[in-house]
Amino acid sequence: MENTVLMAIFTMSSLSLFFSIFLGFADKFLRVEENPLIAKVNELLPGANCGGCGFAGCYDFATKVVEGKVEPSACSVNDPDNIKEIGALLGKEVQSGPKLVARIMCKGGKAEAVRKQTEYYGPKTCLAMHVLSGGDKLCFYGCLGGGDCVNACPFQAMFMNSNGLPVVIDELCTGCGICVQNCPRNIIELHPIDRKVFVFCKNQDDPRTSAQVCKVACTGCSVCARKLDGAVKIENNLAFLNYEAFEKLETVELSEICKTGALSKLKGNGNFN
Amino acid sequence: MKLILIFLSSVLINNFVLSYFLGICPFIGVSNKISSAFSMGMAVTFVMTITSIVTWLVNHYILIPFHLEFLQTVSFILVIASLVQFVEMFIKKVSQPLYRALGIYLPLITTNCAIMGLALLISMKNYSFLEGIFFGLGGGIGFSIALILMASIREELDLADVPKPMQGAPITLIIAGCLALAFMGFAGMINV
Repeated sequence: MENTVLMAIFTMSSLSLFFSIFLGFADKFLRVEENPLIAKVNELLPGANCGGCGFAGCYDFATKVVEGKVEPSACSVNDPDNIKEIGALLGKEVQSGPKLVARIMCKGGKAEAVRKQTEYYGPKTCLAMHVLSGGDKLCFYGCLGGGDCVNACPFQAMFMNSNGLPVVIDELCTGCGICVQNCPRNIIELHPIDRKVFVFCKNQDDPRTSAQVCKVACTGCSVCARKLDGAVKIENNLAFLNYEAFEKLETVELSEICKTGALSKLKGNGNFN
Repeated sequence: MKLILIFLSSVLINNFVLSYFLGICPFIGVSNKISSAFSMGMAVTFVMTITSIVTWLVNHYILIPFHLEFLQTVSFILVIASLVQFVEMFIKKVSQPLYRALGIYLPLITTNCAIMGLALLISMKNYSFLEGIFFGLGGGIGFSIALILMASIREELDLADVPKPMQGAPITLIIAGCLALAFMGFAGMINV
């Protein structure tokens, strides 16, 4: 009996000793030399592996940063302090702009785009709606309400409100741009967080049609272009803001200029409350 | 002939996931996409084959001569864990792309019960060395087949109109059950 116990202890310890020596030698001979800077830079990255920078994960990004192929600020998710620290590690000057967040350029939810072109029973994703029939709204430019952006967001920074439109939570949004890529209608844009005035519409229909499909559409009436000259221009029945003339827009009472409310100021969290 | 039978039986009839119900965790966890299911399947096949070789050697040249068969579980855990560590280092040195493709799947399967089950089954069934290898290879391929089948169904499932309470895990488990039932149809066709 005692013999068996001793034998068992001996066997197990020699087995583990053998394997630890074996692994020790293997580590010595098979070690892959890596630049120690890569690991340090990697630690300063958010580690979300969101792919917003266009590389396969944070480690890949760190490798490319150390190789000097990309700027450390190309990671929009990262904290500005960390970006500066990475710059200090590599001995580089880093400029980082203001924080970017996603903005939804459509205000036509269930309550605004009331009239329907069809009853939609297909798969409940924006991409499918876009490819199949354009969803149930009459507007072929606006939000489909399928929530592809919400599902794609790796930071849970978006949700669908009761009006069937996505809302961005500024505090959680990192500006990675994954929602922008996942929107088949291209109505999500990245903007600096302090930018508040937008044309919340992408409808390029003629004035009559766009007024019929949605209450908050930009009809292309060009009142704004006349009143705020230089700051807005009309192209394809749609107003485009010149963000350089931003201060001017901030001070003007926009509700008197744009009757539909497509050109307006961002309210609180997301577009509408 | 017996080798072929053992191979076929571990691929289809005694499939590790769908009739032994071993390795359910990766079966549910890594079956979201066909591509990741494929990588996982390859990693498991690879580790299973190597495991069957090494654990057979450990069993027959250390444990049985010293009458220490009760140490099987403990020593197999040790052997498998060190082995996977070594394989990971080796792959990292030899082929970076393969290392990245296998990614976290390789260390993940270190403690997978399908691998452990394989080692114990080989010694339970008293397989010879070659038979053990074929059993391991077949088991790995059977695992991959089950995983890829599941992943393809789940990819289709994304487009299906599943009732709200059934979305996510519940419908996945039901599908796993249906697959297992289908594979049960093979039961008893080969007895080895």
